[in-house]
Amino acid sequence: MKKISLLLGAFALIGFTYSSVATASTLEEVQARGELVCGVSGGVAGFSAPNDAGRMVGIDAAVCDAVAAAVLGDADAVKYVPLTAAERFTALSAGEVDVLSRNTTHTLTRDATLGVNFTYYNFIDGQGFMVAKADGLSSVMDLDGASICVQAGTTTELNMADYFRNKGLDYTPVGYSTSTATREGLEGGACDAITSDASQLAALRSETADPSAWTMLPEIISKEPLGPVVRQGDDQWMDIVTWTLHAMINAEELGIDSSNVDAMRADSPNPSVARIVGSEGETGPSLGLSQDWAYQVIKQVGNYGEVYEKHVEPLGIARAGSVNDLWTRGGIIYSPPLR
Amino acid sequence: MTMNTVKFEKLPDRLPPVNTVGWVAWVKQNLFGSVSNTIITLLFFYLIFLYIPPFLEWSVFNANISGSDRSICDENRSGACWTFIKVRMEQLLFGLYFAQNPDQMWRPIMAFIVFGGLLTPLAIDRTPYKKWLLLILLVAYPIFFISLVGGGVFGIPKSDASEWGGLLLTFTLAFVGIVLALPLGILLALGRRSKMPVVRSFSIIYIEFWRGTPLITILFMASVMLPLFFPSGVEFDKVVRAMIGITLFQSAYTAEAVRGGLQALDKGQTEASMALGMGYWQQTIFIILPQALRISIPSIVNTFIALFKDTSLVSIIGLLDLLKIAQNSSRSLDWNGYDIEAYMFAGLVFWIFCFGMSIYSQKLERKLDTDRNVE
Repeated sequence: MKKISLLLGAFALIGFTYSSVATASTLEEVQARGELVCGVSGGVAGFSAPNDAGRMVGIDAAVCDAVAAAVLGDADAVKYVPLTAAERFTALSAGEVDVLSRNTTHTLTRDATLGVNFTYYNFIDGQGFMVAKADGLSSVMDLDGASICVQAGTTTELNMADYFRNKGLDYTPVGYSTSTATREGLEGGACDAITSDASQLAALRSETADPSAWTMLPEIISKEPLGPVVRQGDDQWMDIVTWTLHAMINAEELGIDSSNVDAMRADSPNPSVARIVGSEGETGPSLGLSQDWAYQVIKQVGNYGEVYEKHVEPLGIARAGSVNDLWTRGGIIYSPPLR
Repeated sequence: MTMNTVKFEKLPDRLPPVNTVGWVAWVKQNLFGSVSNTIITLLFFYLIFLYIPPFLEWSVFNANISGSDRSICDENRSGACWTFIKVRMEQLLFGLYFAQNPDQMWRPIMAFIVFGGLLTPLAIDRTPYKKWLLLILLVAYPIFFISLVGGGVFGIPKSDASEWGGLLLTFTLAFVGIVLALPLGILLALGRRSKMPVVRSFSIIYIEFWRGTPLITILFMASVMLPLFFPSGVEFDKVVRAMIGITLFQSAYTAEAVRGGLQALDKGQTEASMALGMGYWQQTIFIILPQALRISIPSIVNTFIALFKDTSLVSIIGLLDLLKIAQNSSRSLDWNGYDIEAYMFAGLVFWIFCFGMSIYSQKLERKLDTDRNVE
């Protein structure tokens, strides 16, 4: 009897916490907590990995920082939760993280069936091939009959199978369990080429003994738009994360960066700039944020270009003219107007 | 009148032939005793010659240790980059929270020192009050550990267990698993031999269920499935979930190890204690268990060593144990490409702990076994 009442009490307690949580929006929850909980991979160079001081850095981690700057006014108020690929969506829908920023590809199935919403893209990736420069290959079509190192059991492997079958090319896949192992396979001569996402290939190339000995083939055989993901059912929160990204892209387009944002805020004739830095308009309050939310993002984290340059350029992924460049410079990074 | 007294004296022993004593004989007997031995010896010498000098060259003579960033290593790639390990030592040992807050680093360091201070006297034979020391280690120390490292009390800043990492996390998981699994395992082993059908079938089902499930599945369930059963927002720390999973899993293995000891025990022991009028618990505590546990020490320690290594599976649920944090560190822009060094370091730390446990168990066995060997 005593046990039963104890059990009931426990359930009542859970129910109580539940009801008190259910009424609060994600924004209110984060503000009450004073900290953003952000799911990251924690082990992908350029996207999110610990630096020497033990802080997560990378283009994915920067999204967390930016959202924290927008919502809390402090880019440091982030708790990073390293998540594996398998558990990331559960962690998000179970409420363990507020934002999932873990190089996650936007696909219809994920969007429609997992109870999550994709916001916008912070990196547009795609599957490519890397070969030895000395082999003088210029296209995937030259890979007929080649053996190709690939991480086994990934969509990468399936994409390659589809592509080669479609083109009528012969190949031998050489499977490895980790991406590091595929790189060692390529270096050791176990295969003629290696395939993975372009950003991953660049990271692997930078890990080789002589990075200049390898080159990427021009074909990109899959679309991998990566971006932050939020829980379904909280539109305000989705807007906040989406527009944080938009603010960073708009800022780059308008030439606002972390070093000149103070000057721009003090005095700028351009009304678009004035709206971003918060000296004009009502963008912040419409989202439920403070007037200077975008200013805080740019001041503390930087615009999109700055973040890219700091975290992705060192991997050797050039931005100029690539899909990840601004739409004004031939890329497809585009943002609706912030007004 | 002089008489020659002949004194019979034993001459001193002559030295054995030089080729039967000393290192010459040892070498002759053990390394070149037969044709096949000679071949194997030569082969191994060749392998040592082939692999050891390049390894030493890489890991010692050409290695980089100075500086605080990768530039020095990038210039000299013929040697290991221990600079990386040096710079990242705090992260590798204590995880990201303590690496971010170096002023708090004394907390895990002190916790480890106290642990060493409690464990060392236990390993020395002559220490008095060993039982009390053990009790302190098993009961008071965990409380001390949680309040010191976890914080939130006595004005020490709070650090969530999910933010611990590296050796600290590996150690915590293994320690909790070992300390909780041993009593649970003993109870289960006794339960499995019980004459009460309910207790017995429960124990059998429990043991066979957890033994039949891979640890990776249990951890995955604890991390991915469990939150779905709880309403959104109910936080249940991931580390605690992992600890529960590991303990449940480990207790099944410990139970089987203990049962081995129970079965090896002569039936006469039970009968004799019954004849003395002892009840079940008296028999078990004073007669059966002390002997059974002594027999099962090697297999119990074996499961503990396996558990210590198995804790690295928690990386599958996103916890940064020693191995995972070493891996992640070598994926950062600051140090990518130096993963061999990271793995070597993690491997060395694992080896030190596992070898230490193994040595301790051998010592314990020798000590406890002495009275049995006296014929």
